[in-house]
Amino acid sequence: MNLIGLFLAANVFAAPIDAPATPPPDLPLPQNLIAKDKPGDSGGAVILRWTDPASLPAGAEIEVLRAEPPANEWQPLDKVPAGTGTYTDTSVKDGTAYRYGVRTSLAAVDSTGAVSVAASTSAPVVSEPVSSHDNWFKIERTNSFVASILFVIIILGSIQVARSGKEIFIRRIPGLNAIDEAIGRATEVGKKVMYIPGIQSMDEIQTVASVAILGNVARSTARYGTDLDVPNKDPLTFASAREVVRSAYLAEGRPDLFREEMVNYVTYDQFAFTAAVSARMTREKPAAIFLIGYFFAESLILAETGQSTGAIQIAGQADPTQLPFFVATCDYTLIGEELYAASAYLTREPVLLGSIRGQDIAKGILILIAIIGVVLVSIHVLDLSPFLRTQ
Amino acid sequence: MTFNLGPVVLVLLFAVVPIIGIVLGLNSPGLRSRIPIWVAVFAGLIPILAMYIPKGFLSGQTGMSQRMDDWLIILAGFALLLGIVNVLQNNFKKVARRDSGWFFSVVLLIGLFVTGGAGIYGAVTKIGIGFNPDGSPTPFKYLTDWFFQPLQSTIFALLAFFMASAAFRAFRARNVEATILLVAAGLVMVGRVPIIELLAVPFPSLHASAASASQAMGKLTEWIMDVPNGAAQSGIIIGAALGAASMALRVILGIERGYLGLGKGE
Repeated sequence: MNLIGLFLAANVFAAPIDAPATPPPDLPLPQNLIAKDKPGDSGGAVILRWTDPASLPAGAEIEVLRAEPPANEWQPLDKVPAGTGTYTDTSVKDGTAYRYGVRTSLAAVDSTGAVSVAASTSAPVVSEPVSSHDNWFKIERTNSFVASILFVIIILGSIQVARSGKEIFIRRIPGLNAIDEAIGRATEVGKKVMYIPGIQSMDEIQTVASVAILGNVARSTARYGTDLDVPNKDPLTFASAREVVRSAYLAEGRPDLFREEMVNYVTYDQFAFTAAVSARMTREKPAAIFLIGYFFAESLILAETGQSTGAIQIAGQADPTQLPFFVATCDYTLIGEELYAASAYLTREPVLLGSIRGQDIAKGILILIAIIGVVLVSIHVLDLSPFLRTQ
Repeated sequence: MTFNLGPVVLVLLFAVVPIIGIVLGLNSPGLRSRIPIWVAVFAGLIPILAMYIPKGFLSGQTGMSQRMDDWLIILAGFALLLGIVNVLQNNFKKVARRDSGWFFSVVLLIGLFVTGGAGIYGAVTKIGIGFNPDGSPTPFKYLTDWFFQPLQSTIFALLAFFMASAAFRAFRARNVEATILLVAAGLVMVGRVPIIELLAVPFPSLHASAASASQAMGKLTEWIMDVPNGAAQSGIIIGAALGAASMALRVILGIERGYLGLGKGE
């Protein structure tokens, strides 16, 4: 026995320094392996957790293995550095029961720097069978869910208050007050009103808001008998806008004034649309131009062309990137939330006004949270940002 | 075979319920006008539920939310056909009536038929709309590369000139606000280009001072963009986000009906 020990010791000491290390006779095993379905996901993921052994040699890694029915043979899945303690397997099929194993492995590096030997404990620590499934709630969105519920409660409460007959103050929005003025001017000079509902489709909320404003503009043009021109880039917006304008003329008792070509389709291409509408502005010189909705690079081209024709221009956009162009070139601009408040402002329906009040309360709460957050983080008490971050 | 709940619910909500509504609404205009509201309510609720409920039938790869996005594309395809018909009708009418600018309608119709014809030719001959087997461009590709794209670029290039004229109008110091805007814009423009160094080129003794002044202007520009400009933009974005959420809620609750052409009580 001693002779064998001496022989082994002599071999070890005789070996070069960066030769493959002889694996220790018994690497310590990870403990407390738990495998469970990843909570709050759409399925297809199993999460593993374990405790690393107290003392691991340098270069030790944890090897994750998986046994899948019907063969149930251990297949290496991945290796993670010691100290990680967790692994998520995203390559599973929902409903299939897998077994997981973890074991310690030790990579040995030869003189060239390549990993040549991976020694490992022979038998892994094995988990109970586990299968993944889809879940009923996304836990990481709890904060967003709670905020949404609170927002809904505030809005519904405000609508209820408005329904009870309480007077709701809404500040003056010059851009919306100017709508009638612009249409009135067009009527006086006998020219048409042009309304461009942006270049996005009806899945964009700004387009929905714009089409609602178009309904009010169309009612006014029907009332005054002014010609209306609504060029469209998106086919779905075109279909919606046509119905809205037709309904507005019908509601005002002037279906005879409605013509199909009032709401027209131009093209799906952004700059071809811009060229066509700019040319129409230059040729037909509308007296009032509404640029309300979601615009991109064409915003300035359209607004500047409209400006050069001398038309009253009212623009509206919630996205701040194009707003400066509208502010610079248009007579009135609906900035940000004013676009969404337009429908309530113009119709003065208590229910809609109530939702605007609720929106303002929610904004007040957000401002309060922002101020409290700034104070708390400045005096090093609490950082609220992890609670407010959404995923 | 596993039962897939998502498509069944979608067909129920967007086909069966509207059809029943239309049939029942034949004698009740009030009920008929509620059908689009219900469709909007369902269409609005499904993506919101999918945000929080990760069940496969709702938010999975083939879940209801994803399928609704696919349906939107199909719907847009049919709406595009409607649009093309509208373009043809309007422009043929213009030409027939010799309205002002009728000649432009002729150009448009020629462009529509030639480009559309080239696309159909590519589909019929199975060449496609890219390149021929010998590497030469197909008629459609030729039209796109040599007519359409240069025209697009021309319109986009106009932006530079419009930007200059808009800036000239915006930066006139008519009142206090416009003067602040003018000063801020001037500082940002000077900070974004090495104008100070350029001015100092003829004076070698000033090169070092010009470089440090240019750096200081760069920092001032960053501050203007990040702090006052960033704060104002954040304010607009927060307000707009709440406004959009409130608008979406009004649509989902069926309170906002203006986008359907329905007014109060309709």
